[in-house]
This record gives sequence, structure tokens and C-alpha cells, in this order.
Amino acid sequence: MRPASDQAPTVPTVLSALDQVEPRVWKGAMPVQFLYTAGAAGERFFQTLKRKGVFVVTRCEECRLTYLPPRIYCERCFADLSETWREVAPVGKVHTHTLVHVDRQGRNAASPTLVAFVRIDGTDGGLVTRLLEIAPADVRIDMPVELVLAPKRRRRGTLDDIIGFRNRR
Amino acid sequence: MKRKPQRRVAVIGAGMSLFMRRALETGKELSYYAASQALETAGVRLKEIQAVVMATAPDAFDGVHMKGEWLLDGAGGVRKPYLRAYVGGGSGVFSIISGWTLVASGLFDLVLVVAEEKMSSCQPHPQGAFLTIFDHTIERPLGPNLLWIFSLEQHRYMATYGIRNEDIALVSVKNKRNALDHPVAQVAASLTVKDVLASEVVAWPVHRLMVSPISDGAAAIVLASEDVARRLSDKPIWVQGVGWSLDTSYWGNRDLAYPRYVERAARMAYEMAGISEPRRQIHVAEPYDPFAYKELHHLEGLQLSDKGKAPEDLARGRFERTGELPTCPSGGLMGVGNPIAAAGLMKLCELFWQLRGEAGARQVPGNPERGLAQAWGDLMQVGTVAILGVN
Amino acid sequence: MLEYGWDAGVAISRFLDGLKAGKILGVRCNVCGRTVTPPRAFCELDFKPIDAWVELPDTGTINTYSICYITWDMKPLRKPQIPAVIEIDGTTPRAGFLHLIGGVKGSSVESIRKQLRVGMPVRAVWRKPDQREGAITDILHFEPVRGRRR
Repeated sequence: MRPASDQAPTVPTVLSALDQVEPRVWKGAMPVQFLYTAGAAGERFFQTLKRKGVFVVTRCEECRLTYLPPRIYCERCFADLSETWREVAPVGKVHTHTLVHVDRQGRNAASPTLVAFVRIDGTDGGLVTRLLEIAPADVRIDMPVELVLAPKRRRRGTLDDIIGFRNRR
Repeated sequence: MKRKPQRRVAVIGAGMSLFMRRALETGKELSYYAASQALETAGVRLKEIQAVVMATAPDAFDGVHMKGEWLLDGAGGVRKPYLRAYVGGGSGVFSIISGWTLVASGLFDLVLVVAEEKMSSCQPHPQGAFLTIFDHTIERPLGPNLLWIFSLEQHRYMATYGIRNEDIALVSVKNKRNALDHPVAQVAASLTVKDVLASEVVAWPVHRLMVSPISDGAAAIVLASEDVARRLSDKPIWVQGVGWSLDTSYWGNRDLAYPRYVERAARMAYEMAGISEPRRQIHVAEPYDPFAYKELHHLEGLQLSDKGKAPEDLARGRFERTGELPTCPSGGLMGVGNPIAAAGLMKLCELFWQLRGEAGARQVPGNPERGLAQAWGDLMQVGTVAILGVN
Repeated sequence: MLEYGWDAGVAISRFLDGLKAGKILGVRCNVCGRTVTPPRAFCELDFKPIDAWVELPDTGTINTYSICYITWDMKPLRKPQIPAVIEIDGTTPRAGFLHLIGGVKGSSVESIRKQLRVGMPVRAVWRKPDQREGAITDILHFEPVRGRRR
């Protein structure tokens, strides 16, 4: 029901109730943490990187897609890719890059971080990563880069094994 | 229901991943296992699927915000119309309802419906995520946990009708035993009522063996319009009716002894399916059983037992796999496991196999022609019902 | 970890003010005729503003209770919590709300069940006035009213 045009709409009495009370805010949290698994494909990716310093990928011949990070299925046709593993060299090109001046809490970072999305050669995928040993002004789109991995004894089979990418020599 | 839908919808394939305590696979991978199996049994390729429905419960279980989108590729939804269906624990059965609306409306002819949950991610216990379903101002300061509302409801149910805990423990015994025949079951067991009541009291009257487990898993089905179903399948299983309803979120204001929301959902589904005598016309049922008492509570809401009489029916064998109305022949959530949304859709997979006579050692005798699956959730307030049949 | 600040809202803020003053407030809807507490700004059945605020007694009955021996993260509790749905006198039947039962001896299921039953009258046990903060916990718990039958 619409109010008549010459009348102000009636404000229900309950809407004014806040005038009479002290509104309150309750603080709380959802007290949970998570244990994530890398999954069948992710586990193989990280273990191979740790052991051999290369990327493993999977390939769907029908859709002509090479997955990096690898997947055990093709997202387009649902083909089972769990027998299509191959290794590729950990080199690629800067697809896009940015200079990040704030940390995760939104505060100004002490020094800016150079972040890029690197497309890995011979695949249809890539990784978000840091760019190392290069001044921000010198980064170019499509610049060839190579993986910088933690020393073998310090690798744990996680994303932290990847320190970043640097200019390909 | 304003008018009966014109287009018929059939289930033509079903698939499940293992249900387990802790899967190393990601939720996407679990979804893929179930979805690809459903497609394979339907003889349908992913590119023929026109839309995808994904049911998955709170983001806080998997610990992935907007996990519907995250699960997209495992559900086969890439580059397709994609819909996340979510009504808490009721999501699994709500997923077929959502898929049904997409086909019955004429929008699509082939829809893939997937349900997934990976609760093992959530530490130290998924209850930490459930805490926030209690009102932050007037309930959480009391220090509640999820078991409170179920134990309170079970006690009210027992007190209203004079039901003994022995009668309720029998649900755990039946379902865990039925699950011994289910190849993906997580907590199948051969137990006695005494065993169940000897397990520790977690929140009286609820004992540990009256509670379903924490689970990881996925399930999927393929839905087709009538013409497509007849072309692709020798034995399409028809969705004869669907219904759903939510009661007030002030859970203390509801009648805790009787699930009125389930009754409303069931009446909608019965009307659509043309069912006037559900006890005669439903041949196999998969009521939702995350807690032992809920199966009985729900059977009454579904009008499949008189109020307060489901325990007696159970005790005299009516709900056994060989009984007059087999309930949870799959083994239910108490036996197969409870990856929330996937557990609801598991019940529909079970009806699909039962009605096609493909349930193997779980097959109920007598060539059942019509089955009902039901789930329940949100803040104990939603009933979701689907009725499947051979014609 | 994420933390949240939740607004109590119009109706619950007023309810909390009532608790601070030692009163249980409820609301009435004249269309469905229900009187309920905790209060709400609108009747969810009739979808209209509630018609009146009422002061309710601090007595009621146990709709149901449970005896809970674990915390949310599955740690055992030696002294169980006894959550209950309490129907406050003067509210519509079956319109209860969650609180705790106290003043009960022992910690075993058997001893607690001997002292409590569904339908039993209870009374609120309040914090001292100077310790109240306008929270649901200004009522410490409800305890059985001895020698009163309904």
C-alpha cells in the first residue's frame, strides 16, 4: 500500500525505538582454523618441484590445454588427465606486473613488493609470484623470466619453495 | 503451489566419491569424482550439459570464501550457467529441487547437479563455524554449542510422547548396519542398542553413537527433460514432486516435538506428485538422519508415521530394509557419513539406484516404484523433499 | 583471524536495557495474538511492526533441557552445562528462548534428571544490580521453583 502523495509516509513506531535505547555492538569471532590439502594434483606438483626443481603439468589433447598448476581433470570436457603428466622447464614470461605498497593489513609497507603473473612456457597457465633482482622501472611485459627456488635442503613441498622469478639470463 | 509444472524431469545418472573422515583430495577433486561418474552412468558428455547446480554448505567448513565459485571447475560449471544452491543441511535435497526448476521451467534440457563438503579442513572442530548460527547477542554469551539444540529437541520429542532413548538408539543400529553394504560408507558397523547407549553421553539424551560423523565427500546426479531422458536412458527415474519450506528463525518459538516445516515441504511434494496416501504410495524413504532421533522426527513430519509413533514402527521392524517401508536403506548419514550437502544428494543417488533395481546388496525387495528423500537444516528450520518414481 | 562487531539492533538493544534493570521485556502482535520474548521489531508471521512492549515476570517453565558434557571443540566438561528452552510466563505457549538451568546438585545424568523435568516451573537468578551490564548473562541462569505446581 502506498501512502497518498500529499502525505508524508508514516514511520512505524518501532523505527524510532533506537531513540530510547543505547544501541550495542557485540564483538566476536569465528574461532576456526583450517587444514588445507593440496589434493592429488597439487601434491604431485609440489613434490616434483621439491625433488627435481621443475614443474609438472597435465594436458588435455582434445581441448589442447596444458594445465599449470596441474589438474587431474580437464575443466572443459571433464577428461581424466591423471595419466597425462609431463614436466616443463620452470621458465616463462611476465604477463602482467604491479608494485604493491601496502601489506595485508592495509598499512604502508616498508619497501614495495614487485608482484607479477608469470605465464609458464609451453603451458596455458602460470603463477602469481614475486619478481627478484630487478628494479621496478626495468620490468617489461613479456619479459622472459626464470624460477628462483629455495635451496634443496630447505624445500618443504609447499608454495614457499618458490622464492620468485628473475630475469632470464 | 500455484500450478503444477508442465515439463517432466528425470534423473538419468548418479555418482558419488568415497565418504571419509579426511580426504587428501581437494573439494574440487572430490566433486570431479562424483560428477564425472554421474555423467558416465548417464552416457552424457560434459559439453552436452547446459547448466550446473552446485550445493555446498557454509564456506567456513572448507575454509574457502565463496567456495561455490572455487568448486566451479570440479563441478563441471566452467563457461556454463552455474547456480549455487544453499539451505544449510537441507542443501543436498535442495540441489535437485534447484536443478529441477531449471529443467521444468524449460530453460534447459540437461543439468548436472553436484554436492560437496570437506569438513575436515575446519579445525579444531567444524562446530567452531556452527557457533555463529547462534544469535550473537542473546545466545552466544551463554556459551552454546551445536549439540545443544539437537539434544534439546530430542528431549522435547521424548518428553512429549514418552519415548525412551532405547527406541531412538535403534536408528543408529539400523542405519549403521545398512551401511555395511554401501561401498563408500565411512561409519558402517554392526552394533546393538546396548552399544549405542554405552557410548559416552555428549549432551544428554544424545550419545556419541547417535551423532553422524564429520565427513569429506561429494555426490552428483544428471537431470534431463522428458524427451532427452527418453532418448538417453532406458530407465529414467522421474522427479514426481518437490517441496520445501522454512519455519521461523526464532527456533525456541517452534514446536520442538514436531517438524512442521517438514510437513509443509512434504505436502507440497505430495500434491505435485498426486500422492494422497503417502504410507501406501511411498515404497522406500531416505529421511534425513544426522542425529538418530531426526529420522523418526522427520518420518512423522513426512506423514509416514503418526505423531510420536515412529519409534514403535521402527521397533516392530516397519523401517527395516525388508520391512513395509524401508527407511535409509543406504545406511543414511549415521552409516554412510555426513559431508553435509553431499549427504543429502547421496539420498537421491540411493533412490535412483533403488528404483532402477541397481542397489545390489542394499536393494529393497518388491521392485519399489516410488521413493522419497528429505533433508533438513539451516537453523533447524528448513524441510526439503523430493519424490522420485519409475513413471 | 577475522573478528566481527555485530549490532544488537533496535529490539534487542531495548531488551538488554530491560535486563540491566532486572526486567524481562517481550513484544505483542495484535494480528496473530502472540506475545514473545526475546523481542523483535516486527512480527515475522504477519510482517508488520509489533504492537506493544510488555514487561513479563521472571518466571517460566522448562520446555526442554539437555545435560551437555562437552564444549564446542569437543573438550570434556566435568560439571555439565544444562541448556534449556524456557517459556516465560505470560508469553504464548511454545514461544521459548535459550538459557541455562542452575541451582542443581550433582553432575551425573541420573542425579540431574531427578531434579528437573519438562514442564517444571523456574525462576530467573539475576546478577546483582551493580554487576549487570545489559547482557543476556545478566540472568545467571534459571532455577527450579520448589513447592510450586502448575
